[in-house]
Amino acid sequence: MRKIVLEKIDLLFEAISNTMSLYLPVDQNDGKAAYTKWEEGKKWSEALNTVKSPKDFFFPQTEDMMEFKVEGKNIEVIDTRKASEDFVVFGVRACDVKAFDILDKVFLVDPCDSYYATKREHGIIVAVACNKPSETCFCSAFGIDAADPKADVSAWKTENELYLQANTEKGEKLLKALENVTEEATEEKVTEQKEQIAKIMKKLPLADLDTSKFGGGKTDEFFNSPEWEELSESCLGCGTCTFVCPTCQCYDIKDFNTGNGVIRYRCWDSCMYSDFTRMAHGNNRNSQKERFRQRFMHKLVYYPENNEGIFGCVGCGRCVSRCPISMNIVKVMKNLGGKENE
Amino acid sequence: MNNTVDTLIPQVGVITDVRIDTPDIKTFRVVTPDGKKAFDHKPGQCAMLSIPGVGEAMFSITSSPTNTEYMEFSIKKCGCVTEWLHQAEVGQQITIRGPYGKPFPVDDAFAGQNMLFIAGGVGLAPLRSVINYCRHYRDRYGSIDIVYGSRSKDDLLDYQEIIDEWSKDAGVNVHLTIDREQEGWDGHVGFVPNYVKELGFDTNKTAVLCGPPIMIKFTLEGLIDLGFNKEQIYTTLELRMKCGVGKCGRCNVGAKYVCKDGPVFRCDELGELPDEY
Amino acid sequence: MQKITKEMLIDKATELLNNGTVSLVLGWKKGEYDYDVTPGVFESVEELKKDFVFGDFSAANLSKYLVKKTEKLEGKILVFLKPCDTYSFNQLLTEHRFDREKVYAVGVQCDGMVDIEKVKKIAGDGILSVDCNGEDIVVKTLYNDDMTIAKADVLAERCANCKSKKHVAYDELLGESGEVIDSNRFDEVEKLEKMTADERFAFWQNELSKCIRCNACRDACPACTCEKCVFNNPNSGVENKSPANSFEEKLFHIIRAYHVAGRCTDCGECSRVCPQNIPLHLLNRKFIKDINEFYGEYQAGAEVGSRAPLVDYTLNDLEPGEVFDRGDENA
Repeated sequence: MRKIVLEKIDLLFEAISNTMSLYLPVDQNDGKAAYTKWEEGKKWSEALNTVKSPKDFFFPQTEDMMEFKVEGKNIEVIDTRKASEDFVVFGVRACDVKAFDILDKVFLVDPCDSYYATKREHGIIVAVACNKPSETCFCSAFGIDAADPKADVSAWKTENELYLQANTEKGEKLLKALENVTEEATEEKVTEQKEQIAKIMKKLPLADLDTSKFGGGKTDEFFNSPEWEELSESCLGCGTCTFVCPTCQCYDIKDFNTGNGVIRYRCWDSCMYSDFTRMAHGNNRNSQKERFRQRFMHKLVYYPENNEGIFGCVGCGRCVSRCPISMNIVKVMKNLGGKENE
Repeated sequence: MNNTVDTLIPQVGVITDVRIDTPDIKTFRVVTPDGKKAFDHKPGQCAMLSIPGVGEAMFSITSSPTNTEYMEFSIKKCGCVTEWLHQAEVGQQITIRGPYGKPFPVDDAFAGQNMLFIAGGVGLAPLRSVINYCRHYRDRYGSIDIVYGSRSKDDLLDYQEIIDEWSKDAGVNVHLTIDREQEGWDGHVGFVPNYVKELGFDTNKTAVLCGPPIMIKFTLEGLIDLGFNKEQIYTTLELRMKCGVGKCGRCNVGAKYVCKDGPVFRCDELGELPDEY
Repeated sequence: MQKITKEMLIDKATELLNNGTVSLVLGWKKGEYDYDVTPGVFESVEELKKDFVFGDFSAANLSKYLVKKTEKLEGKILVFLKPCDTYSFNQLLTEHRFDREKVYAVGVQCDGMVDIEKVKKIAGDGILSVDCNGEDIVVKTLYNDDMTIAKADVLAERCANCKSKKHVAYDELLGESGEVIDSNRFDEVEKLEKMTADERFAFWQNELSKCIRCNACRDACPACTCEKCVFNNPNSGVENKSPANSFEEKLFHIIRAYHVAGRCTDCGECSRVCPQNIPLHLLNRKFIKDINEFYGEYQAGAEVGSRAPLVDYTLNDLEPGEVFDRGDENA
């Protein structure tokens, strides 16, 4: 284990930046944190988390995929994929780290998505334990330990120091390169920190959120639940929950005519949108209730059914704090299938 | 960049023949620019065709895998991609990727069975592949019955092939029907589900259905009335697709993705899925 | 001024449900915390007693829901409207978006809504409870001692710059209706106007580049009630998303601002719902300010059926050349 005094944290950032791009949460002018490329003067945010999740690094909001040159009846397909270079994403929380696993199970299974894979291969994740989780946090419901995030490097922030522990080959390589700015450390302070976080986790309002009634094979139980009607009645059908969600991975593929060829790009899409499943001759999810149900059934039933019981939610709480009408997965979980959770 | 293949990046295909089947269905023959078949496939599988700048859409491969020279797609005009294709001429290049989806179990569950194919309208397109596959390996299957109906005689897909080839094959019975009386038609008149009941098939068959949702619903009921089990009946689904490989998230019915877990479903499996297709 | 409690609203709704005036109630439902209130429909007195809430977090403007909720409604729906919501209500009526006969509108006195983000900035994260009691707010958190904050310090932006405490539409009032306020709402716009064109472009580039194109601003906006939005039309080429060359930054919000110009009542829902905290209301306020200056004071939604300056010709209208010249001065 290594450590660095927080006062000198910029030395660490500088050392990383000397060899590759470093991204970390930085406060924006509205006071909210967003992942930003580090350069001198940028300060690591004190905020618990960013509004936008770090899924952007591997699955960007929009991404050019290929180009076509069209001449008369002829078409040329141009592979515009670029080689990724190593980069570090620093300050990722345990929930968001787990979200990468969830995305991996979609994008990396055969046939592997090369756009995602190359970025994932080159990204080095430094995860940081959460000292002060928010009232909107419920990662523990999904078996995530906010005190012990597992990424290439795990880090803990104590009052004056940052402790760093490598977990993977990539992580070891990174810490090795940072030996000049860090020093050898023992685990005592980290153990203390973990215990303290564990105590706080138990006091969170959503600490007892129960996931046991959900999971694969529960489609029949919940698909026709009468509660969907009320839960979805004021849903605006916007894509906020989807786009701030670290695990939502639905995308659209679209063409853009540049006047000098065609760029085919992909962009985030949302199952909440009315045209998501619309075809020329019909739409199998015509009402907002059906679209709303799809999003939550996917996270709580369909995804676990296809992925050894792992839920498609990590409890980051972004949808809880960002939904324009304050409807979210917590309310869905508590209300669905009777009110026994109250 | 990297040399990895990505299924989302298509290859170029050339339209080498356009056949006008009905007022709104054309059949397109597609090969690679060097004249080869773009890829191998199995009956029931699909391919993504696109016109850059217009869009990309999933179509079932109409030709049989036993055709090693080219692929065919019977396409009904109903959206922007299909409308564009209907205006395309021979020599036009498009892009093609695939094959996608789970095929009909032609070499296992279907092997040795008496086959009953039931199609309505453009629903014959995915079935033509498996029908011709069964005809090609004729000795691997028992009797073959084909019930096919459309709005009118002019709306019957592959009519020439049906008359000239299918109905002349030994052990293949073709039963055609159209919705309403029409001059020059002395065949059966009536909707497919009713015709199936009238024909009163023996239940020693494996049935394969494809057509508009309403036809499937009533034909399925008809077959059950005749004594068929859901385990003996197969159908194919169609939902909006973008990636074709179960990642873009839109074509699911419950936990199943039509693009990769389908489009072929056995009716008992389908019955376990939520009613959202 | 008397304090309006949720019980007063529940009593009113109960009375109107019981005497058959209305069959549904459009109001606010309590959430997990004190601040995450959801718009909702109530069908019975039991439902009202269980979940109805009204307070400093009942920020959502309910008027737009009337379009959908009255579509197939037999009888009437009760809707509670804060003063600024009544402007949206009137504007929707002006645009014939719902049938006035199907609605029973109860105007509710409003003392300003609280922005939970501002509360968090002062009290810190880990909010356990927020007790709003008139001028003061008592906040309990996981990490700090209980804190009392002046409500004035945590008012939502649109409430701090409130344009009117007057209810411009209602069948009945709960509490008092105030007056139109000579507010400071154009101060920020003036600051933008004083910037050089480059500075202003940089300001908006920075703000709009945060957009994730979730469409929340559009979907919450009471002026955005088109059956089929151009941004949902696959043939428009700008449906939902566009390629990486920043369409969102340059066009989406500007097209939207143009489309609601003259119809926007400045209810502020766009900025309230934006997950990226983009000050979208400033675009709309710029239009409102210009319209006021060019064509005389006009407040959309102040009365039903008023002719908005942009769709109404008068002999005194400013000549287009003068508008152009002014734009040039500011460049």
